Amino acid sequence: MMTRFREEEELMTSGHLACQGCGGPIAMRLALKALGEDTICVIPACCWTIISGPFPYSALKVPIMHTAFETAGAAASGVRAALDIQGRSHTKVLAWAGDGGTFDIGLQSLSGAAERNDDIIYICYDNEAYMNTGVQRSSATPDRAWTTTTPSGHPKRGPKKNIVEIMAAHKTPYVATASVAYPEDLMRKVRRAAETRGTTFVHVLSPCPPGWRIDSEASIRIARLATDSKVFPIYEVENGEKYQINVKPRDIPVAEYLKAQGRFNHLAAEDIAEIQRKIDHEWRRLMQKAMMDSYSGSHY
Amino acid sequence: MRKVIMGNHAASHAVRLARAQVIAAYPITPQTQIVEELSEMCASGQLAAKFLKVESEHSAMASIIAASSTGVRTFTATSSQGLALMHELLHWASGARLPLVMVNVNRALAAGWNIWTEQTDSLAQRDTGWCQLYVEDNQEVLDTVLQAYRVAEQIALPVMVCYDAFILSHTYEPVDIPDQDRVDAFLPVFSPTRLLDPLNPCSFSALVQPEHYMEMRYRIQQSMDEAIGVFRTAGEELHRHFGRRYGNLETVATDDAEVVLVTAASMTGPARLAVRKLRAEGVPIGLLKVRLFRPFPTAEVRAALAGKKKAIIVDRNISFGKGGIFADEIRAAMSNVDERPKIFGYVAGLGGRDITPAFLEAIAREALEKEDPPELEMKL
Repeated sequence: MMTRFREEEELMTSGHLACQGCGGPIAMRLALKALGEDTICVIPACCWTIISGPFPYSALKVPIMHTAFETAGAAASGVRAALDIQGRSHTKVLAWAGDGGTFDIGLQSLSGAAERNDDIIYICYDNEAYMNTGVQRSSATPDRAWTTTTPSGHPKRGPKKNIVEIMAAHKTPYVATASVAYPEDLMRKVRRAAETRGTTFVHVLSPCPPGWRIDSEASIRIARLATDSKVFPIYEVENGEKYQINVKPRDIPVAEYLKAQGRFNHLAAEDIAEIQRKIDHEWRRLMQKAMMDSYSGSHY
Repeated sequence: MRKVIMGNHAASHAVRLARAQVIAAYPITPQTQIVEELSEMCASGQLAAKFLKVESEHSAMASIIAASSTGVRTFTATSSQGLALMHELLHWASGARLPLVMVNVNRALAAGWNIWTEQTDSLAQRDTGWCQLYVEDNQEVLDTVLQAYRVAEQIALPVMVCYDAFILSHTYEPVDIPDQDRVDAFLPVFSPTRLLDPLNPCSFSALVQPEHYMEMRYRIQQSMDEAIGVFRTAGEELHRHFGRRYGNLETVATDDAEVVLVTAASMTGPARLAVRKLRAEGVPIGLLKVRLFRPFPTAEVRAALAGKKKAIIVDRNISFGKGGIFADEIRAAMSNVDERPKIFGYVAGLGGRDITPAFLEAIAREALEKEDPPELEMKL
């Protein structure tokens, strides 16, 4: 499905403070186009704390509530509760957090909101490390990647935390992955999230040129490679059980994705071979889940 | 309506009467009955509020900050470890100029585990930009929560109402629960001038650079200064509406006293008895109850203590490496007064140890006899 982008629907302005080639503003622009102006945005500490602009400026035409690092879920719940008691239930609440604020320090309050099934849309734009503070590893950093706290001699060991599985385990009504490389898919999912009652979660892959050590014009190409090499499959999960894969990967070897980024420069051939085996394994498991029976209906 | 209720339920009734709209809380002894009762009130329809049963005190504070920013009256309650967990967001609430009201039931901090009373938990939050009041009995709990909403919304700063674990929280006392229409007359509907609204989109708590940050802090300090008078007026209004008078301080028999015993919170009850007994013997002693701790009513404290020979301050808290926190505040408040009393600082009753009238009487007699005060004496 193609979406026509109309100028009058822009809810993000120029003059924001993101780096060139950053996935963050692309994801926000698309998400707000999908949500519309009747939206309140809750932003914990993340790159978007800076991108949105300092007081008294704002790069968004919707209200923003900045909040502490670990509180996106709880703060969004608080906005929702207040809107509902005021009879403003039509207004959508968007929690917009990075991977640190979602996978790490904010996981508890996100889990709390999801378990209560508060009616919020939570979008994690994932650039796979603490980029705002200068590229420190998070639990979203992929296996063997370089960061400033996992230098090439001692790269991160162990898999990236699977946040989608964690959210699906809450039987959350709607969980999806999306990517700035697939804008129509991303917008469809954000619309679907907005139409779904209860907590919804969209995990967006969002390249970071300085952190991934790529050229700024390469962001979208690298993001597409992530999906085509099955590193970042594009899929959705309804009610924690019904899996559907939305983009068919072009089956590109992971080496092509890894070699395009400076953060993987130090990898040896055997590292790449092992990463490939793990990716193939995870892909098979995802395919199996997509073929499994699921409980019909909501768990909430 | 007069009922015999525990201190915690006095707080719940005050929150109901204040028509709080969003409540978020997490269980912790000895606070839990406040929010259990509020859950019942929400479930039965007595209180039209959304109650978020969050997964931590940190999230409780985060969600009421968010709800208040969205334009509703909020409430949470906590104690001890829970308050310590909220610490980061206490700064956020005052920085964002939100009129939150919170009850903290004073409980000692671990390690080791202790659920009994001590005020170090809330006094350790004194620099967070929250107003703090320490109350003496269950009636004062109910009245002070109502006063807290009125003042918080007037000065756009959060207010913490503190009372002692078990001594008040779980103790039943007769409390006058006012009718709703009388409370409505005292406490106007909350109508914030700024709130999260897509029709008027603003960015709240964005990055503030050095050219603006200090002005914002200056205005918080200005509002705190103003709050001393606002609390005084609200205390007078409480008297007008409900017949009960609460100042920022209360003095008993201080006019002709040479020595003043200074207390806060529930130990003021036993202190009244101790002072009455000593007075009956002809000892020229008075009592000063400090009710408002932040903002600190410096001028009122000076007026109460200037010209006295000795001030005997009993603290149920300790700042390790220094001493009792009320004693230190009072020492500082009196430092530029020429006719200032000698300050006798005693730390007592930590972790729920009893403070009886006889104990306070003994402390007073000891201070009366001594010429020079110890900087700090811990009464084991």
